[in-house]
Amino acid sequence: MHRIKCPFCGERDEAEFVYQGDASVSHPPLGASTDDFYRYVYVRDNPKGWHREWWHHVGGCRMWVQVARNTLTHEIYATAPPFKRLDFPEGA
Amino acid sequence: MGARKQPYRLDTSASIQRNKPIRFRFDSRSYTGFEGDTLASALLANGKHLMARSFKYHRPRGVLTASSEEPNALVELRTGAFREPNTRATMIELFDGLVAKSQNRFPSLTVDLLAVNQLFSRFMGAGFYYKTFMWPPSFWEPVYEKLIRRAAGLGRAAVLPDPDRYEHAHLHCDVLIVGGGAAGLSAALSAGRSGARVILAEEMPHLGGALSKADAIDNCSASEWVRKTREDLDSLPETKVKTRFCVFGCYDDNTFAAVERVGDHLATTPKHLPRQRLCTIRARKVILATGALERPVVFDDNDIPGVMLSSAVRCYVDRFAVAPGRNVAIVTNNDDAYRTAFALLDAGISVPVIADARLVPSALSQRAEGFGIRIERAMLPQRAHGIHRVHALSLQRPDGAFAERVVCDCIAISGGYSPNLSLVSQKGDRPRWREDILAFVPEKSETESTSCAGACHGVFDLNACLQDGFDTGERVARDLGFDADAHASPTAPDREASAIEPLWHCPGKGKAFVDMQNDVTADDIHLANREGYNSVEHLKRYTTLGMATDQGRTSNVNGLAILALARGKKIPEVGTTRYRPPAVPVTIGAFAGHEQGKNFQPTRRTAMHACHERLGAVFVEAGQWMRPRYYPAPGEDMDAAILREADLVRKSVGICDVSTLGKVELFGEDASEFLNRLYINGWSRLAIGKARYGLMLREDGVVFDDGTTSRLDSNHFLMTTTTANAAAVLAHMEKYAQTIWSDMDVHFCSVTEQWCGVSVAGPRARDTLEAAFGDAIDISNGALPFMGVREFAWHGTTARIFRISFSGELAYEVNVPWGYGEAAWERIMDAGRAHKIIPYGTEALGVLRIEKGHVAGSELDGRTTATDMGLGSMLSDKKPFVGLPLSKREGMTDPNRPALVGIKPTDREQRLRGGAHFVADIANKDEIKSLGWVSSVAESPAVGCWIGLGYIQGGKSRIGEKVIAWYPLKEEMIEVEICDPVFVDPKGERLHG
Repeated sequence: MHRIKCPFCGERDEAEFVYQGDASVSHPPLGASTDDFYRYVYVRDNPKGWHREWWHHVGGCRMWVQVARNTLTHEIYATAPPFKRLDFPEGA
Repeated sequence: MGARKQPYRLDTSASIQRNKPIRFRFDSRSYTGFEGDTLASALLANGKHLMARSFKYHRPRGVLTASSEEPNALVELRTGAFREPNTRATMIELFDGLVAKSQNRFPSLTVDLLAVNQLFSRFMGAGFYYKTFMWPPSFWEPVYEKLIRRAAGLGRAAVLPDPDRYEHAHLHCDVLIVGGGAAGLSAALSAGRSGARVILAEEMPHLGGALSKADAIDNCSASEWVRKTREDLDSLPETKVKTRFCVFGCYDDNTFAAVERVGDHLATTPKHLPRQRLCTIRARKVILATGALERPVVFDDNDIPGVMLSSAVRCYVDRFAVAPGRNVAIVTNNDDAYRTAFALLDAGISVPVIADARLVPSALSQRAEGFGIRIERAMLPQRAHGIHRVHALSLQRPDGAFAERVVCDCIAISGGYSPNLSLVSQKGDRPRWREDILAFVPEKSETESTSCAGACHGVFDLNACLQDGFDTGERVARDLGFDADAHASPTAPDREASAIEPLWHCPGKGKAFVDMQNDVTADDIHLANREGYNSVEHLKRYTTLGMATDQGRTSNVNGLAILALARGKKIPEVGTTRYRPPAVPVTIGAFAGHEQGKNFQPTRRTAMHACHERLGAVFVEAGQWMRPRYYPAPGEDMDAAILREADLVRKSVGICDVSTLGKVELFGEDASEFLNRLYINGWSRLAIGKARYGLMLREDGVVFDDGTTSRLDSNHFLMTTTTANAAAVLAHMEKYAQTIWSDMDVHFCSVTEQWCGVSVAGPRARDTLEAAFGDAIDISNGALPFMGVREFAWHGTTARIFRISFSGELAYEVNVPWGYGEAAWERIMDAGRAHKIIPYGTEALGVLRIEKGHVAGSELDGRTTATDMGLGSMLSDKKPFVGLPLSKREGMTDPNRPALVGIKPTDREQRLRGGAHFVADIANKDEIKSLGWVSSVAESPAVGCWIGLGYIQGGKSRIGEKVIAWYPLKEEMIEVEICDPVFVDPKGERLHG
């Protein structure tokens, strides 16, 4: 059970959050091609190591939070609000 | 049968209370023990070594250990609904009236007919399930599986609901110390005195771990030191000592799970306490002081009752004043077993021989010789003799030559100690091998979050353990910013020690058990190796070594060593497997805690719940919500009530609680544009005071949710969602607003529980609402036309009225703040009395919407498109929206996709079934092709027969055709006629009336 540092509420229990998937894919502009949306909806990397993720603080401020998590060790390095810089360990 | 004496009880001092005798029953026989006994020690005191039959071969088994890792002595404890299988006799504290039974035997423990399995044992070696029962496949389930389940197995779970209570607790501390032995206690002293919040967790009911009676600490006896230390710790305000408290799991960020046995040692748990408490512990740092586990020696018939670990023999003598035998032969490869010999001599028990695998005399062995004990050096066990109890031990030279046969009634075996790595391994540590102590130790004794102290990282000497624990506690507390004081570590006299020598598998021809709980022998390991299963992970799965509930705590290292020898490799080259939580078996009830039955999740009731109860409603669970399903009149069954309710709504007026619909209020300059992007239809031109039906898609183009959204002001909207999707739609909106279109000026909030709602439907709906609210608002057709929305002041609050209809009748929805729900309901009921108003539930609501051809949850099944639902004309071509690009994919626009239609049975007397499939022809059952499916059905009072909605290839082009609705679960085939999905008022005249 992690403690996740919500950028808005501070350190909170993992149970307050819902994992919402890969945050490294970005939504294509409205009107983009079907192919662009196909990639946005279906195409995902499955990285071993550091990963940019969305965690939704549903049991708290209800903000979507960017989380730098290691898929191998399950370590959480940093969190950030949407659109803000998310830090990763050096070399990641 | 009356209680008998305890022939093997010693009169030495011990931790049992001799003035408190306890009567208990094992396999229908009555025995006596003392308070402080375990079931195992009390049975041994009564000379009863045979406690169980083994898993596979049904071999007689006694107790191997005196602690948590016991693989053999598993029994069924208590009776009836309280019966618990596979409880370890070594962990069951004796209470008055305890009833236990042996398991996995027929008809009795002494005469077990299934022991014939032993005769077939040459066919039951490693991988026998795979080999023996491969063919024919059709035999697997009906024959082999039953045979195996009957023959192999453990205890029987109770079949009644668990009557015990469990609870969950959360604990927080600076330092969690796992293990209350010498190292853990010492660490608790230094960490606790620093003022840090400390939890000391000990699985056993007592502290002291492996300390023996002969040990001395700080110039007093070990038991006296433990008592004083406990007092010291209890006097520290921030230190908590928890016994019967087993930490079984390590999780992220130093979260630990522990189970506390609150009532297990009592005959009945007091009403105010749970039987067990599952604790989630958050610790800033953890000190693992989990000790070490003694390894058995692997030789022929080493599983006969009476063959016990040397440390267990010592524990039974020291702690429980029980003689495991009168003549205890000792087999060892290390010094520790000599301490058992001395304890036995102290208690007046004879030790006929110590067979020491080592050639070179150690200081301790010379001391033992001084006491007159016969030591045989470079001597190995050959086999144990006996059936239900050992009666002799054969010894051999290392080359396999028979040496002698020693008469004994107990064999104490010691193959050395392995650090208990369960928790550190769960933390992700990959253990490393230390050749000097012949054991795996943690790769890292110290990480940012975790420190190891004492025997669990290979520090075996008592004085070193005390020092190590003390230093670790001090260091960890200081790291956390606490000032450790100037106390000195407890000390113990140095022990003479000489090196251990390898003793893995003594030469033999019989069954030499490695994993006693899963009946894995040394031969099985050799066989697995010969057959190519020689990686440690394959070995484990092929032989089941270490896969029993004890997680192989007494068997893993021996198994790895034997595999390494067989492969001609070194032990660390073979590698280890990982431990996973739970480190000990944990009752499922503890995980469930209070969260069972009605307490599994919250129950949500609407503001009008009491009104429904007064009207005799039968409720249905809709997610967490309780909704009225129907309101039966006296003597009326469900079907009749539904028909009556649906019928009377169309004839006069009905009222239905719709508070559970999701409601979201949106504000902002861009609110209408935000809706444009979420919904497939447009919102920019929706007038203030108007509502519109909207449909939203997922990004993949499939329909997500629907509902009406009203414009209350130019930048103020009220969206409604289906009950089921309320939370998902809100999260969906938050995703877009926060992570994709953060530049939009839109703000929204769920108001589902701020506004309650009723739907008032039927030809008399307006008359009713005029009578109810006419003094507050004009709702005439001119003032409030179809799809109109108004706010009005009512009783000092604001109410909202929406002229929208789900039933196809003239209908309104009235929303009032949650606290006014009951008042609004009663007001409308009073006003409607003149029009014979009736309340209707979710069932009648369903009938009405099917009659009107409105889609609901069964149609929005996560696979259907807007066009499938007949709502393709809503798809705006003037704006982009979520789901648009992917809704244009070939498969999503295929004209052959099943589309929404209505159905009626050709024979109007027949009933329809949801889930039936449309088929053209069922002559050949192997080639039935589904044309679509029936999504919703209802018995319609308006149409006069069963009707349904469904999706069928070709959709409305098939209107008038007849197909078969096939329901294979009941072997029903009903001919149905395809018709328009709108059965009632297709022109919508009633809505606008």
